[in-house]
Amino acid sequence: MSVTSWLQERFDIAAVQKFAAKKQVPVFFGTVWYYLGGVSLFLFILQVLTGILLSLYYQPGAATAYESVKFIVSKVEFGWLMREIHSWSANLFVFFIFLHMFTVFFSKAYRKPRELTWVSGMILLALAMVFGFSGYLLPWNELAYFATKVGTDIAGAVPFIGSFLTQVLRAGDEVSGATLSRFYSIHTAILPLVFIVFLGIHLIMIQVQGMSVPEAQENVPPEKKKTMPFFPNFVVRDLMLWLIMLNVIALLAVFFPWEIGLKADPLTSAPAGIRPEWYFMFMFQTLKLLPAHLWFLEGEVFGILMFGVGGIIWLLVPFLEKPKYTKLWTSVGVGIVLYMIVLTAWGYLV
Amino acid sequence: MNKRDPLEESPPGLTSRRSFLDILLGATLFAWLGSMIYPVIRFLIPPKQPDLNVSSLDAGMADAFKRNTAKILRFGRKPVILVRKKGGEFKALSATCTHLDCTVQYKDDTEQIWCACHNGLYDLEGRNISGPPPKPLTPFNVTVKENKIFVTRDESA
Ligand code: FES
Repeated sequence: MSVTSWLQERFDIAAVQKFAAKKQVPVFFGTVWYYLGGVSLFLFILQVLTGILLSLYYQPGAATAYESVKFIVSKVEFGWLMREIHSWSANLFVFFIFLHMFTVFFSKAYRKPRELTWVSGMILLALAMVFGFSGYLLPWNELAYFATKVGTDIAGAVPFIGSFLTQVLRAGDEVSGATLSRFYSIHTAILPLVFIVFLGIHLIMIQVQGMSVPEAQENVPPEKKKTMPFFPNFVVRDLMLWLIMLNVIALLAVFFPWEIGLKADPLTSAPAGIRPEWYFMFMFQTLKLLPAHLWFLEGEVFGILMFGVGGIIWLLVPFLEKPKYTKLWTSVGVGIVLYMIVLTAWGYLV
Repeated sequence: MNKRDPLEESPPGLTSRRSFLDILLGATLFAWLGSMIYPVIRFLIPPKQPDLNVSSLDAGMADAFKRNTAKILRFGRKPVILVRKKGGEFKALSATCTHLDCTVQYKDDTEQIWCACHNGLYDLEGRNISGPPPKPLTPFNVTVKENKIFVTRDESA
């Protein structure tokens, strides 16, 4: 008796096979966008694997964190490679999620019936950013120390629960070794669990509903529409792309290593060139440009409110956007992308 | 014919008994959840560390402190910046930027206090003069006794 028939007697796997065999991927100019989510998924898998390896040597704590990262990159065989892959794939992970999100936005793929897929995707994006923020502190270097001070202080501006949040995040009044323990737990226990739940939901919804096709393609006469089977054609292409990504990351790791920097010391001044991870740069730069007081609010509170409200609107786009105002939403999207690019570049150049 | 909720036709006593039970159940559930969540929230808040009751800090020898330089000192749990001005006088200020908490530094070329995080500037009196900081830096007292520098809390501030 073959394994398949053994399984078939117990579970209806034929239904799954039939589903996989029937699934088709539309082929048109936008097909390449379909790979972005898959690439993000691959980068997440890399994160999990390298993260588990790093955790074998990493030791949280103000007196040990920096030293253990040094140990990993200088003493452990291929330790440098694991850390570089972890850092590089983390950065690319956020980058590809952003790219994925904007292509979905501009192709209006979030419209009915895919509203909840968008919402789950936005939650994944937010989680990825928290992943980045919490992981940034773990090497306990100067840059990360001050970026975390600023980041957790910003949390204090949230109305009502602000000071509670800052306290809970920092595990005290100041960023300290206790903060590091907390971030380690957030980064390696809480976030992975929550992320995997939402990732599962996201993937199931996509499988059930199939790929979204933009309107322009929808109107193409049926005889001109092309598709390819999801399995194996699309999957094989996906895997090939993953392989290419892995090679690109290995090259980046070798030729553009991430610096460890100086060990964090609460008794030094914040050095020039303090900056968060690049995906927070546009917000960081905005905070830099806002005056001390704006209207009746402190500049920072104004900035945080603006980004908070903006984020919520963005999360609810599928429910707010009406086909009548498609053009308007598209130009708002373009405006946001431009704003992010310009402020990020500005942040790095001056 | 539309299906009806059988309860709608039941005697009024029964309905109210039912809704009473609903309320009871809801309240129990609520209390139960609360009793689970409350300890967790309390657990998340770190216990208050007794404030290291520092009232005065020995900051070293006055004649060894170069003019137009500054040092960051730890005052209890917080950093304090001690500046020796060009003229030789000392000035101590809280080193925590009032904007978003970075630690400030002394700029000897312009004789100002600068925060690198978002380009905040203060003068040597601690007044926020440009950039995002919304408030001045809290001053500390400096006294020099027999060539020894002492930094103390400024009770008037
Ligand atoms: S923290 Fe000092 S200027 Fe922002």
